[in-house]
Amino acid sequence: MILNKRMGTTIKYLSELKKGQKGIIDSFTDYELSLKLLEMGCIPGEIIEVIRIAPLGDPIAISVAGYMLSLRKAEAATVRLKPN
Amino acid sequence: MIKKIKIALIGNPNSGKSSVFNALTGLNQKVANFPGVTVEKKTGYTSLRDKFGNTIEAEIIDLPGTYSLYPKSPEERIPFQLLCDPQNEAHPDLTIVVADGANLKRNLFLASQLVDLKIPVVLVINMMDIVRFKKININFEKLAIRLGVPIVSMNARKQEGLKELKEAIAKPFSPPANDFIDIRPFAPEVIDTIRQTVNVNSNYNAFLVANNLDLISNFEIPEFKKEKIRAVCAQYEFNAQQMQAKETLERYRVISTIMNEFISSPENPIQKSPSYRIDNVLTHRFWGYFIFLAVLFLVFQAIFAWAVYPMDLIDSAFAWLSVQVQSSLPPGLINDLLVDGILAGLNGIVVFVPQIALLFFFVAVLEDTGYMSRVSFLMDQLMRKFGLNGKSLIPLMSGVACAVPAIMSTRTISNWKERLITIMVTPLMSCSARLPVYTLLIALIIPSDYIYGVNLQGLVLMFMYLIGFVAAISAAWVMKHILQSTEKSYFVMELPTYRLPRWSTIGIHIAEKVKVFLFEAGKVIVSVSIILWVLSSFGPSGAFDRIEDKYLSETYIRSMPQDEIDRRIQSEKLENSYAGRLGHIIEPVIRPLGYDWKIGIALITSFAAREVFVGTMSTIYSVGDEESSKMTVKEKMRNEIDPETGGPKYTFAVGISLMLFYAFAMQCISTVAVVYRETRKIKYPLIQILYMSGMAYLASLIAYQLLK
Repeated sequence: MILNKRMGTTIKYLSELKKGQKGIIDSFTDYELSLKLLEMGCIPGEIIEVIRIAPLGDPIAISVAGYMLSLRKAEAATVRLKPN
Repeated sequence: MIKKIKIALIGNPNSGKSSVFNALTGLNQKVANFPGVTVEKKTGYTSLRDKFGNTIEAEIIDLPGTYSLYPKSPEERIPFQLLCDPQNEAHPDLTIVVADGANLKRNLFLASQLVDLKIPVVLVINMMDIVRFKKININFEKLAIRLGVPIVSMNARKQEGLKELKEAIAKPFSPPANDFIDIRPFAPEVIDTIRQTVNVNSNYNAFLVANNLDLISNFEIPEFKKEKIRAVCAQYEFNAQQMQAKETLERYRVISTIMNEFISSPENPIQKSPSYRIDNVLTHRFWGYFIFLAVLFLVFQAIFAWAVYPMDLIDSAFAWLSVQVQSSLPPGLINDLLVDGILAGLNGIVVFVPQIALLFFFVAVLEDTGYMSRVSFLMDQLMRKFGLNGKSLIPLMSGVACAVPAIMSTRTISNWKERLITIMVTPLMSCSARLPVYTLLIALIIPSDYIYGVNLQGLVLMFMYLIGFVAAISAAWVMKHILQSTEKSYFVMELPTYRLPRWSTIGIHIAEKVKVFLFEAGKVIVSVSIILWVLSSFGPSGAFDRIEDKYLSETYIRSMPQDEIDRRIQSEKLENSYAGRLGHIIEPVIRPLGYDWKIGIALITSFAAREVFVGTMSTIYSVGDEESSKMTVKEKMRNEIDPETGGPKYTFAVGISLMLFYAFAMQCISTVAVVYRETRKIKYPLIQILYMSGMAYLASLIAYQLLK
């Protein structure tokens, strides 16, 4: 977790969520990857939930737009979540 | 009057697109590759009747499954090129967009892009059985008016809605009535200039052209117009990525309002779904891997053990046919060419059919049910370290039976680099053709003793299989670092809802794969078989005549039975054939590995198939006194004396060196042919032959020099 001192809040990334935790997509840190994620329905404002984590710890499966999507931890680390 | 129309079928992966395709065309379809790429192009035909009784002949192209019109892989470039270039010869008159009704939000994204392309659209909302199961309510009439396109609801698996779809196609069609989003304000100057320069259907088509400038080189328009398009994009600083992001957000914004207006659905938390419960077992930390191992074992059993019966049948059928041909035609060149060249070559192809059919049966079931993506999910972390994909495991393990079907099955891997690496290393897995070579050599050099209750020969055999596996993964690891890829490797992948397999679709899929192999790889295999036949049955002028003359002399006819003379003639002819000469020529090169020219001949003829080693050995060693003709190949090889040492030729060192050579070397034309077909570039099979044979030479050299 990165402490954003100016805002006084913490920024959370999708990769930090545990199984069963939910979050709201805020923005992306990788432009090219974000295009892929966007077309798959990962739109800012969308609620996502970590459904499952692969037994070897990577990749993870999330629910988004009513279906299950799997992505690697490194890819999930480019998805910034809204502070709660 | 007969009207001909071209239809393109497009939809997300897992939307049931192939069910719709099969329902429309039945068995009336053919498979080819799109020009220049290894993407399958399925074309089907159906004939319809409009309400005036006129016949409409529809040619339907099944486009590769895609989530959007923005191409990220060679497969996804196809829809873009076909749909956005009106001059493309396959540009359709109508598109059928298949959307998964239970997953409309994401599926409407692609549909909305097609609406804006302004090619006439029929929207199929598929999987109505799941829609009803999830109690999702869709207001079809209002949705159709809002989108401006006709909508057909279907459960294509059960052919439900097929009649309505055919009626919708037969009606006169027109471009979608409404714009889904207004794209022109995004880049008005660029869009206008493109529309003035080239003939495209819509603003959105112009926008997509600007967005994929690197792809317009394939468009069938004059060069100066391409230059003009590039210039205007540069002038107005058209930023493709930003534009794409902006467009995607705008589409999803509109989709959200549509979802609220026309679709109502109860809460369907994924944790309550049957798929989630199945995943609890299939991706479990213990049971997940246990079941995957069991699946691998089953596939392995099938192509290793079960396929043997039909393969034996095919072999005996060809043996019978050979005898028939041989005895019904007068002996001579034509007879030999037919039997030893063409029939042997055909046999070598047809014998693969049972393994291909069985492997593709399993691969298709695993894909179709949705299990294959779970395999990726389970294994990705492990396989990625070696530059492979979770899905690479099925081809790798199948490679133990035969690399040919294994390489054909790599098409399930969507990342090109990972797929290429899998293709390149799969032939290192010890295939079943190596087994006769290993068994013969192990029996020669390893005593059949037991150590702590373990059979030594069995242990060495297992070790050979292990070597193949370790070599394959190590080679993959090396290639991961060498191969450059422009394509970014993403893992972002849908985990589809589990479904029962569609047996008819799977049947069609198997038939296609078998057909493609027989006709495409078959051509290469038969040609090389004929070349090998020529090499081993002809020699420099006069050489064969001299051998025949020699055995016609009194001394031989009196002292030897006819079959012994025949064997000797055959053996001496092989030695004096072009293949035999080649064996002599390469002897200096293979001597450091402990081989003589006789083994050299076997190495050359083994290129047809590795198990030919055993046959060649027995032909070569048919020379000898009467005593030896009763011995098996193994005994003959055991008695072979090394002229230099005076001891046996097949020492421990030679045996190990030979086994390592066969473990690593690329000696299989069928594999070469299939690699060429799957990669469409001659350089990949060539690289494969070079690196594998290089590895083989080095390993054998080191082993022989250390052990001798």
